[in-house]
Order: sequence, then C-alpha cells, then structure tokens
Amino acid sequence: MDRVFDTKVQVLKYQVLKSVIRRAYEGERQLDLAPYEIPKEVVPGPKTDMRCCIYKARAVVEERVRMAMGGDKDNPNIIECLPVACDECPIETYYVSPACRGCINHKCADVCPAGAITIKGQAKIDPEKCLDCGKCAKACPYKAIIELSRPCVTSCKIGAIKIDDDKKAQIDNDKCVMCGACVYSCPFGAITDKSYVLDCVKILKDAEKNGTKVYALIAPAIVSQFKYAKIEQIVEGIKMLGFHNVIETAMGADITLHKELSELKDVDKLTTSCCPSFVMYIEKHFPKLKQYISHSPSPMVEAAQLIKRTNPDSKVVFIGPCTSKKYEYKLEKTGGAVDCVISFEELQAFLDARDIDVSSLPESPLNNASFYGRIFAKSGGIAQGVKELKEKYGITKEICPIALNGLEEIRLALLKMNVNKLPENFIEGMACVGGCLNGALCLHHEEKNVRDVDKYGQQAKEKDISNSVALYNMTLDK
Amino acid sequence: MVIQICIGSACHLRGSYDVIEKMKALIAADNLEDKITLKASFCLGRCGEYVTVKADNEFIDGVNAATIEKIYNEILKPKALKG
Repeated sequence: MDRVFDTKVQVLKYQVLKSVIRRAYEGERQLDLAPYEIPKEVVPGPKTDMRCCIYKARAVVEERVRMAMGGDKDNPNIIECLPVACDECPIETYYVSPACRGCINHKCADVCPAGAITIKGQAKIDPEKCLDCGKCAKACPYKAIIELSRPCVTSCKIGAIKIDDDKKAQIDNDKCVMCGACVYSCPFGAITDKSYVLDCVKILKDAEKNGTKVYALIAPAIVSQFKYAKIEQIVEGIKMLGFHNVIETAMGADITLHKELSELKDVDKLTTSCCPSFVMYIEKHFPKLKQYISHSPSPMVEAAQLIKRTNPDSKVVFIGPCTSKKYEYKLEKTGGAVDCVISFEELQAFLDARDIDVSSLPESPLNNASFYGRIFAKSGGIAQGVKELKEKYGITKEICPIALNGLEEIRLALLKMNVNKLPENFIEGMACVGGCLNGALCLHHEEKNVRDVDKYGQQAKEKDISNSVALYNMTLDK
Repeated sequence: MVIQICIGSACHLRGSYDVIEKMKALIAADNLEDKITLKASFCLGRCGEYVTVKADNEFIDGVNAATIEKIYNEILKPKALKG
C-alpha cells in the first residue's frame, strides 16, 4: 500500500483499521478476538523492525486496536497518547554531538550565560544549569551542538503536550484543540486519533436491514487524496460500501459562505466557524474573542442538515481529513445532524476491507457544490469567497479579509486581535497549514495537492453560490 | 401533490436547478402553490438521461429544462388538479 500513504506509521494504522473493519463484518466473535489476534497478524515475528522485540511491537498494536475500536470512552479528546508506544524521546534540549573537537577557543563555554559548559576533551553541558538558550549551538564553529526536541512537542503550536514523570508525552485536554498535528508528526505513531469506523459499520449494516438511506458527505480535500483513481471512481466505491449516495460537503460550504456574508452586514468583525480547531482555539485560549465567532454552522453540519431536511429518516457519515471533525459532530450545537465521522485513512481501510478496488470501478458523477464551496479546502478559500461575493450581498462597508494559515499564524493574529490591534475584520482561520487539504488524516501531504483542489473548483457546474442558496431556502419552506 | 426533484450529482448535471426554477414559476403562474409542493431529494435512485422527478409515487420520465413546461402542462398540472 505504499502507493497510498506518506508514512509507515500510517500503513500500520491502516492495517489495524482494515482488520477491525473486516472482523466487524465477519461477526461479533471475530471482533472480540481483535485485540488478541490483530497484534499477531500485524507483527507475525519472529523479528520486527518496529520495536525492540515482537512482544513490545504487539503490545503497541494492541493499543492501536483499542483506538481503532473507539479508544477511551472516558476521555473526551479525540487524540490520545498511547503510553506504551511513546518512545520517551530525549528531552534535554541541547546535546553535544561527537562532532565536538574539544577545541582551544571553546566559544560555547564563553557564551554560555549560565556557566553550564565544561570542557573535558569534549564540551559537556550540565543539564541542571542549562537554560536552553541555544547560544552555545550558535557559537560552535563545527555546529557540533544540536538542539534535540520531541517531534510531538515541536508540532504542537499551542503548547498542549507536556512530558510526564515517566518521560511519556501527555496531552493537556484543557489546551488541546485536536488539530492532529502531533498525530501526523510522531515518528512512532504514539499519538493517534480515536476511530469511529465500528459506528459507521453499524450504521451501514442497520441500513441494509431496515432500508434507511445513508449518505456519505465527503470533504472537498478528497480530490487531492486518491491519486490512483479518479474522484468519480471513489464515489462509486463509497456507494459500493452501502451508502445511498455521495454528497459534497462543499455544498454546505456554499451555504456557510452565504450565512457568513449575511452576518457580515451587521457585525464589525467575524471569525470563521468552519475549522473546529480554530473555533476551539478561540474558545479555550482567547475567550474574550468568542463574541466574534461566526454563528453559521460549519459546512459539514450545514450540508448534513440539508440532507436531513430532504430526508429526515436518513443517516449521514462525514468523510474527511480532520481529527477535530470527529469531535465537532458530537457537539450539542450540531443537533445530531451528522451520525458519524471517519477519515480518508479510514475510508481507504474500509474500501480494502471490503475488497473494493476503486481503480477498476466505473465512474459515478460528483457535482453538487459551487466553485467557492469547493475551494474551502484550501487556506484562503473562504476569504476569497467573501471578497468576491460581498457586493452581491450589498455589503458596502470595507471588508478586509485575512486568511490565517495554520495555528502559528492564528496565534499571532489572535494575540493582536485580543488587544484590538488586528486591522482586518474578516478572519479566516485554518488550524492545518495549507488548509484541510493538508489535514492530519490525509493519506498524503503534498504541496501540489492545492492544484487538485483548484482544478476541482474550476470543474464545478455552479460558478457561484446562488443555486445552492436557493435550494437551501427551498428545503426550509414547509 | 408532492413533486420530488432529484438534486443528486447526476441529475444536477442534467439541470435539476433549472427544472426547479421553471417549475416554481409555472406553479406560481397558475396559483397552484396549495396543490403542489415541490421538494428536493438527494438521489431518487434512477440516474439516467433526464432529471429524475417523482409526482407522489409515480416517476415522471423525460424531464429536463427544455421539456418541463410541456410535461407540467400535460401531466403534472392535470394530475394535481385531479387531486
């Protein structure tokens, strides 16, 4: 499966998910055996290159099985650290590598403000005294002093990962906004997302029995994901899983854009509501700014509500690149519009568990949404929509949009906004750098994925949002 | 009478929205809003050459933006008036 995923950790996760889904279709007994049998399937032995021995490797897989089956129900966070999988990466920040020559000048010791460096053949840093300032690393002419950091800690732009007494990574739920950056960045895959694939299997199985229609709502980022097949074949593959039809979430984005434009008429400032991590970041870290969060439901919720209004007995499963959507759909404010959320990674596992080779399938069309709805998948997409459509909405005041690309940019802008120093008044925020097309649960993360999203936008039959809005209004009429 | 118009991808590409707009105008012109309710549906499971339309429980064949006026006058309107 290396044609599909970026990393080996993703492949590992995929293998576990695939087996769990397959077992869910084979019956309850097979599923009960999952935590015992899947570790041996994935790590058959006698050797493994993943961990020190097969027993440790299997223990880690067992934890992955638990996550694939829903994870810790008492932990509201979608993201969990698997302590057994955490490799306890070193946490001393600066380290003298063997490249140190033990030179006569020893600038490192001279610049150290804490006197933490002694030279005995080689430089030695006293961790008790070291202030982590990094001056020694900059001063060394051999670049022999290197900065060590944990990939999870580095990836978390809001400081939600701490190291516990056992040197294991620990997620602070009060700070975490579930963007999933740590999930993708941990080279051991020790931080991972809960999966609701079993809920999805149940919805599909029940539907088969009682004739309920189950709709798959796919995020626009999907067009950049399955490089080995056309999007129309993916749509056909999703239908073969038992979904009645596949609808573009981008159609909900059209309506979200319409509502945000309408809101903009009456407010001074607006921050977007599409990215649940951005919303959560404001709520948890900048509570003063909560008043500016748009009241428009996110595209996922908007599209799901639209489907449910046309068919109240139906079920909706959202398929996307996002960890925090797995949290958002359970929030009270969504009114239960979405019944389950799975990821692109999980979709791939699902298709393979059901032996569906999408690249050999006929094509099923996909065209519900407008150009604007489709480009919501990239950073700057919403801001572009607001800019280009504001005149149609009779907004005469100056709209100055800014697209905040990733949590780092978001943090800096919100710090300014918090003290009334941000000049822009329409603030688009996307927690993942690049936007959803670079979401944590994408199959792969390539810079050129943005071209696929742009192309997909151009291919929309609807060039603006008016028809989506007309349809939205029609479904509201009783 | 309830008329369902499919807005799934296949029908959308064949002009669902145009059909909806024209039908709305036709119904309004005849003041038949009380007798005919227009509803959208995400896929009526009959993807084909035309926009899938269902009047109560009966599928109406051959609908698109060009044919809807004729079909409305000849089939849908009489059906609605008959009750």
